[in-house]
Amino acid sequence: MLKDRKAIILGDRDGIPGPAIEACIKTSGAEVLFSTTECFV
Amino acid sequence: MDLANQARVKELAEQYGKNDLVVILGGAGAESSGIAAETVSNGDPSYAGPLAGVQLGLKPYHILEPQVKGDCDPEVYEEQVGMMEMVLDVDAIVKEVSSIRERYAGSASEEGR
Repeated sequence: MLKDRKAIILGDRDGIPGPAIEACIKTSGAEVLFSTTECFV
Repeated sequence: MDLANQARVKELAEQYGKNDLVVILGGAGAESSGIAAETVSNGDPSYAGPLAGVQLGLKPYHILEPQVKGDCDPEVYEEQVGMMEMVLDVDAIVKEVSSIRERYAGSASEEGR
């Protein structure tokens, strides 16, 4: 599903942060275009 | 969703088009994840940012959704996400994000690619 796709990552400081998602998504074959960690507080 | 991030998402959607782009969310709850999902697919529901009234139609997925998890290396996933997967309400998050994806991005999973 993710292979060869381009990914935008919107992590959450209180959930799963951007770098953690990025580490996972990179193993799927998708290209990470942008990764950030938001704070909803 | 952060206004600067909305601007960045808009820029990338314009640059790459919606077909090959996916947005992966890491929100802690169904509500915050749902708002982010809606923002990138149907526009900013708070009408505050650059995506107000802008229907990008991007497909949002949460990192906790089974089809995302299934595409990732299990060891890396466990190391990076395993702990939060145990404490967050996975069912509620998955239900919310997938319903918004179906409603605004025209696909519950892979069909619309």
